[in-house]
Parts: sequence; C-alpha cells; structure tokens
Amino acid sequence: MTTTETTPVIPLPAGTARILTAVGATATAASAFLAWTWTSDFPGDLTVTGYPGGLQWLTLVAGALTLVLTLASYGLRGLRWTSPTRSDNGILLAATGGAVVTWGTLIAIGVELGGMANLEPGGWVAGVASALTLIGALGLPLDRHTRRPLQVLNKWWFTAVPVTPLLYLAATGVDSSRPVAPVLVVLAQGGLAAAGGVVLVQALMLLRTWLRLTTIERRTAPPLELPSWVEVLLIIAAFSVGLFAITFGIDTEYGELFTGYLVLAGTGVAALTKSGLIARLRALTVKHRPVTTGAAFAAAAGFPFTQSSDQYTSVATNILIFATVALGLNIVVGLAGLLDLGYVAFLGVGAYAAALVSGSPASPIHVAFPFWGAVLTGAAASMIFGVLIGAPTLRLRGDYLAIVTLGFGEIFRITMNNLNGTTGPNLTNGSNGIPRIPDLNIFGFDLGKTHTVFGIDLGRFSNYYLLMLIVTAFVVLVFSRVGDSRIGRAWVAIREDETAAQAMGINGFRLKLLAFALGASLAGLAGTVQAHVSYTVTPDQYTFAEALPPNSAFLLAAVILGGMGTISGPLLGATLLFLIPKKLEFLSNYQLLAFGIALIVLMRVRPEGLIANRRRQLEFHEADIPAQAAPSDTALTKAGA
Amino acid sequence: MTTSTAPVTTTGDPVLEATGVIMRFGGLTAVNNVDLTVNSGEIVGLIGPNGAGKTTFFNCLTGLYVPTEGTVKYKGTVLPPKPHLVTQAGIARTFQNIRLFANMTVLENVLVGRHSRTKEGLLSAVLRGPKYKRAEAESREKAMGLLEFAGLADKADHLARNLPYGEQRKLEIARALASEPGLLLLDEPTAGMNPQETRAAEELVFAIRDRGIAILVIEHDMRFIFNLCDRTAVLVQGQKIVEGDRETVQSDERVITAYLGAPLEGTAEAPAAADADADAIADAPADLPAEAAADPVEEADAEPAAEASTASATSTTGTEDEK
Repeated sequence: MTTTETTPVIPLPAGTARILTAVGATATAASAFLAWTWTSDFPGDLTVTGYPGGLQWLTLVAGALTLVLTLASYGLRGLRWTSPTRSDNGILLAATGGAVVTWGTLIAIGVELGGMANLEPGGWVAGVASALTLIGALGLPLDRHTRRPLQVLNKWWFTAVPVTPLLYLAATGVDSSRPVAPVLVVLAQGGLAAAGGVVLVQALMLLRTWLRLTTIERRTAPPLELPSWVEVLLIIAAFSVGLFAITFGIDTEYGELFTGYLVLAGTGVAALTKSGLIARLRALTVKHRPVTTGAAFAAAAGFPFTQSSDQYTSVATNILIFATVALGLNIVVGLAGLLDLGYVAFLGVGAYAAALVSGSPASPIHVAFPFWGAVLTGAAASMIFGVLIGAPTLRLRGDYLAIVTLGFGEIFRITMNNLNGTTGPNLTNGSNGIPRIPDLNIFGFDLGKTHTVFGIDLGRFSNYYLLMLIVTAFVVLVFSRVGDSRIGRAWVAIREDETAAQAMGINGFRLKLLAFALGASLAGLAGTVQAHVSYTVTPDQYTFAEALPPNSAFLLAAVILGGMGTISGPLLGATLLFLIPKKLEFLSNYQLLAFGIALIVLMRVRPEGLIANRRRQLEFHEADIPAQAAPSDTALTKAGA
Repeated sequence: MTTSTAPVTTTGDPVLEATGVIMRFGGLTAVNNVDLTVNSGEIVGLIGPNGAGKTTFFNCLTGLYVPTEGTVKYKGTVLPPKPHLVTQAGIARTFQNIRLFANMTVLENVLVGRHSRTKEGLLSAVLRGPKYKRAEAESREKAMGLLEFAGLADKADHLARNLPYGEQRKLEIARALASEPGLLLLDEPTAGMNPQETRAAEELVFAIRDRGIAILVIEHDMRFIFNLCDRTAVLVQGQKIVEGDRETVQSDERVITAYLGAPLEGTAEAPAAADADADAIADAPADLPAEAAADPVEEADAEPAAEASTASATSTTGTEDEK
C-alpha cells in the first residue's frame, strides 16, 4: 500500500493552477515596484513607484524565486537546473514565503501607521497577487501523505481557553487596592499566553492534517557533466550569493526587515531543498572541498569591503568571536559528548590573560606582550584552566559533569569579581574589569587605525574582523583535521559508548581531558582577540545566561541549534543566535519570549540541528529511513550470566 | 557440521593465567577462587547456568572490574586493572549485549579498534605530516582487511546501527581483532543468532584461531561450545566445578546437576528454565560421531524426563534453587 500521493490540496485543474501560480508570482514580483503606502513613516520608504525599498525587496525576491521554480516545472530550458527533483512542493514553499513576507509587511504597515487605510493600491496589488500565487501553488500536484490523522492536544490544555476570560473579568472586577489584584493580573496574562499557545499549536496541527505534505524520493536525472572549472565557478557563484544574503541580514536596519528576511531565508532555503538544488550544490562542494572552504573564507573576507561604516563590521566581528568559541565548544560537546555548561569561562580566561599582558594602564602586571605572545599566553592560560577543571570533574558522567561545569563557570566569574584588592589580591580590578586595553599592533600594522585597501577604507572593526577570520580559519582547520583522525574517532567512540571505547584500548579519562583542554585553548584564543576588540574585560561578560551572547547557554544553544559535530553548523547557529536577539530589539519586553519561541520551533522542526551531521540525521529520523534491521532487545533472549 | 571438529591443536605456552580470582560485591561472592589457563592456539569454552558469574569473571580478566583477590597474567605479566591497558597488553573482547559505536560507520568502528596499536597524537593530526598519512593509510588498509575477513567489506560505509544483527556481531569481532590481540574473549557470540548464523560464527572463530589468536568463549549453545572448544570450564555459583574436554564435562555429575537440578524425592524436576539447557546438553552429541551414542548424558536426559512425569502427578514444589 502506498502512503504517499501526488495531488493538489485545493482541487484546481493542474494547468490552471500552474498558470495562476506563474502569473501570480510575476505580479507579486512586479508589485514590489509599486508604492505600497503614502508616507515614508514606515521604515524602508515604500512610497516610491518604480524602485523597491526595504521589505519590497523581499517580496521581489520571493516572487522571482516562485516564478523561476514554476517555469522550471514547465521544463523551460535554461531554468530546469533549478529544480532537479521536479517536485512542486518547492514552489509552494517559495509562494508561502512570498505571501507571508508580503502580508506581514502590509499588516505591519496597518499596525504601525494605524489602519489599513494607509495602504496605497500598490500594496493591495501585492497582497492579492501573493495570495493568488499561494492558492495557485496549493492547486499544484504536491507530494502528500494519502492520509494524516489529526493530532489533538490533551483536552485539559483547552481549559485555558474559557478560563482566561474569567480571570480577566476577575482581574478587572477586583478593586486594584486589594492585595489579590496583581496576582489576578499576572494569572490573567499567563492564561492569555497559555490559551494563545494552545490555540496556535492546535491550529498548526489542523493545518498539517489539511496539507499532509511530505517528500517523495524520486530518481533525479544525473547532473550535467561539467568541466571542473565550471563547477568551481558555480561554487564561487553560490558563495557570492550566500555572502550577499548574509550581508543583507547583518545590514538590516530595522526589526521588520530582519523578521521578513528570516522568513524568506527559511522558506527560500526550504524551497530549494525540496527542488533538489541544495543537494546538487552539496554534491559539488563535497567534490571540491578545498575550493569550497577557500570560497567560503574568501566570501567571508569580502564582507568588510561591502561595508561603508564600522556599524555592522563590529556586529560581524562579534559574531565571528561567538562562532569561533561555539566551534571550540563543539569539540567538547559535539565530538566527545561532554556537556559543558561553563564554557564561556575559558573565553574569559583567554580575554583576562590577554588583557593582563596587553600593557593596559589598568593592568596590575605592567607588561606589554607582542600579539603572538599574548595569543600564546591566552591559549595556554585557558588550557591550564581547562585541565584544572577537567581533571577532577571528568570522572563524572552526563548530568553530573554538566552541573559541575556550570558551577566552575560561575566560580570563574565570582573569582574575577573578588580579585579586586579588597576581598582578595588585586589582579583584575574586580567588577570594574580591566579597561583601556590598547589596540593590537601586529608587525607594525595598527589594527586601531583605518587603512585603505583597494580604495576602500577598512576601519578598526574591519581590521579586527579580518584578524578574527584568521583565528576562525585556524579553529576550523584544527576541528576538521582532529575530528577526522585517530583522536577524533576516539572522542566519538567515547560519546557513543565509553565502556566499549575503553575496551578498545582508549584511555577515556585522558582523551576527555584532551578534548577539554583543546576546546578550552581554542576558546582562549578567541578570548585574546575579544579583549582587544571590546577594549575592556569585565567579569559580567562571562555569565551563564544573559539576554545577549556570548554566554554559556547561548554557546551551547548555538552548537545544538546549528548541528552537533559539524563545522558549518555552529558557525551558522552562532550567527543566527547573535543576530536574532539583536535584531528583535524592537520587540523590547517580548524579545526574549519571541526568541524562546523561535528556539522551540526550530528544535521541534529540526532536532538534529540546522546543518545535520550525517550521523545525527540518521539518529533523529530513523523512522523515515526505509529497510532498517535495527537490533531488537528480544534478540538477546539467550543473554545470561 | 561444516568445519572439522578435530582441528590441529598446536597448544603452547599459556597466554592467560588467572589464579585464585575472587570477586565480591559486598556480601555476594560472584566469582570464587577461579583458576583458568588459556594456552596459545587454544579455544577454551566457559559455560555455566545464568548468574554463574561468567561475565563477571570476564570483566575481571579485562580490567572492567578489579578482582577482590587473585591475579590475572597475560603472557607472564600481571595485567593492570584498567580496561584500556588490558587491551594495550593484548586482550580484546566482545560484549554480551552488542556494544558497537552505533552512529559511526562500520569502517570507523574497526578504526577505533586500532586505537591502541597506533599513536598519532593531536599535533600530528593537525599537521598531517607524511608519517601521519602513512599511519592512517596503513590503519585503513588493515581495517579493510579485517572487514574482508569478517565478510563486511562491502558495508564499510554503512552506519553500524543499520547492520543486521548477525553482522553486528561479526563487526564487534572484527573491531576486537583490530587491536591485534593475542587472546580474544567472546561473550556469547551467538546469542540471538539463528542456526545458519551460528555455523558462520563457528567458522569465523576457527578462522581467528588459525590466525594464531587464542580464544576464550562464553556460550550457552552447547553444540557450539562442544564443536569449537579444545577445553571447557564450567562455572557454577562463582566456582569452577570442572574443566576438561567434551567427554569430561558431559559426564560430570555436578555439571548435570547444575544444569538439570539434583533429583529430590517427590518434587518436580527440570523446571522450564532448565529445559532448554538440558536439551542443549543432550542434543550436542547427537550430531557427533558414533561414540556419542554411548555418551552418559544421553542417559541423564532420559532419567529426569521419566521422573518429571511421575512428579507432575504428585506435587510441584519448585526446586529452581537447586541449580
């Protein structure tokens, strides 16, 4: 019995639906050139006819992507390569992205300017066009389950829905001077959140049952035989597009644009994954791995040259620091499987070590090491700290290790606070930290000054960004080489089954200590640069959890969100985790709430992380992989002794 | 049987010498004063009812447990009580319930097995000098050789967890062999296998012995044990009650008692749990040459069967404890 089918969600004639999608997508893209509102009060200036602005660019891209995929589904020569699987689900995803971005924009205009009357006809055209595209896409023959039963939440959750209004009535009815009033208000707010969540989740489940979408594996036509220089050029082109997309994300100036950008990036990548283009690209990158790595770093190095001010290069530098530390943590968590909740302390040790030997007038040690000396000092100090913490704690397993590392992370911060001359010897100036850390000067190149390269001014942060990029490259090199070696295999073996690993001759304790020490020294390395970038090191930069990265909780989240055991995973995860809170500042009080919801949704949709290690992917989607003879416990009935 | 049951035994110097091994867990003595010697080129079996302490004894040999008393020597030197050092010294093992690195590929599993025979450290892994590359290539070559030996070469890139059960067992053996052991400890290598797979495992064990590796094997499958082993030791309640060749073990009263229970007046004999073992012991000689007919165990089989039928008429006060 087949469990999948290729049918439309909305019963439309296939030809009509496809034409509707194509026309709708064209109209959506074109509507970006119209004026959507009459005033430039809404950020991005959507009043200009003939030139898209701000969010209109996103609508344009979404419409164009939908159009290209639709035309590819017609088998149009020259565009067929964009959809090797010929699955129409990609079109639906792109159309969804277009509709969400467009309607999100229109609603944002309505909310912020006070009423949908603020929309110009162009806005309505965009809304109707994107909605029609979506309807057309739903009429295409999609890959679906033949049936998908409706999941219903536990009925007790739904009691939140009638209870919330009662709580509200009670909260408004009670005299506000009575002590119970604030309690009722809090209860009513909590009830509102719960009821909203329940209704939303149930609505999503309904939607899932209605759409029944899935992926049908099809044999794709073999890729065109291309000369290898063309393949290399394709990789470079893809990375240029990637650089442009990421640059756009970092440069977004207001929260609405960033939200739209995230939605479009998510649906766009999903659409191209369904269409099979991503798989093609991945095959190319695997074939030309060195070129890919080179192209990725070249693209990253190109970033400061696209910037006219230091505003976003400083963000990018901090992202790189955060990402590099996350990659170091990935050795400890992703490879060796040791849950470390106090990892940010190693970044702190590196930063403090570098600050102490930087020649800062506030440092009690009045020495100024050259950069290489400071780097070695920072890495070595972190490594020693890592060994000191690891030696007693690594005999613990699992949760116990997590708790102890959490404790040590806090001990570091508190110790730095107390080495202030009053409660301890003066080494760190306590909570004031070590300020006025001078800029680095590497072989006569002052990173604090603006230099002109190829006619483009590279400011202070651009310099540090490029320096940090070298550090990141080094960490990537270490990670990839060690991960695929005798040591890396031993780490993974320990993660999988420590007892069996020991029976294979692996000294578990020593290798775990090695993982801890290596992870620590890589974080320390990043810390030495961080001290100079941020001018000041204070104990409060290195906490367990805070609203902004880097801190231990965010580092761990970056690793898990991005994909444990991979290189690009933590880099991407760190980028997102840095950008999302920063760009969601417009939500003010609800920033953390929105961030938390975003994390939950992401982990629900992709438990193996955004970029899945082949192994993890198999682990979490076992049910999706056919023909597996998993060993069952019943097979061990003869087990005795 | 497909393989010769009378292999050329070139037994030589002792590889493993366990003397007076005692393992106590609080008040419970799981292994009580067990001596066992395995000579080079030998296949030695270790049998016993469930809970007899076989796996505990194995764990004492491999350093997972530190014996309360007694010494374990490998080729004349006392083994350090750390599993990885034991492997380093030359003893490899498999586990009763398969313990593969499930999310690593088949080849990676075997490469991990080579850990103790290679020594490339962190620095050489980062620098990737010619020496590192040579060692890595050699490791891969040897690992592939072992996979071919175990018949898994075409599945080198599969995840270990995706292998069928029998192949997982084989992979566990291949992984153990990768550490170039002088002695291989197999803990119930045919648990959960069907007869064909068991026969294949038998041939694999012989092939391993032919590579000059001594083998100590725990098994419940008597046919398997008596086909395979030059010598068999029987462990009951932590104590070794008998050791010797097939005839010695099969004719020993105490072994029969341990597996079938001692005859008691007016009680049910051979409860269900012991039935399987009883059949196994009794069946084993059936496949063997003519001498089996005169085997005393055959008689032992007839006796409790008859007794059980009379006992069922009277009462059924369990004698499970008798084992």
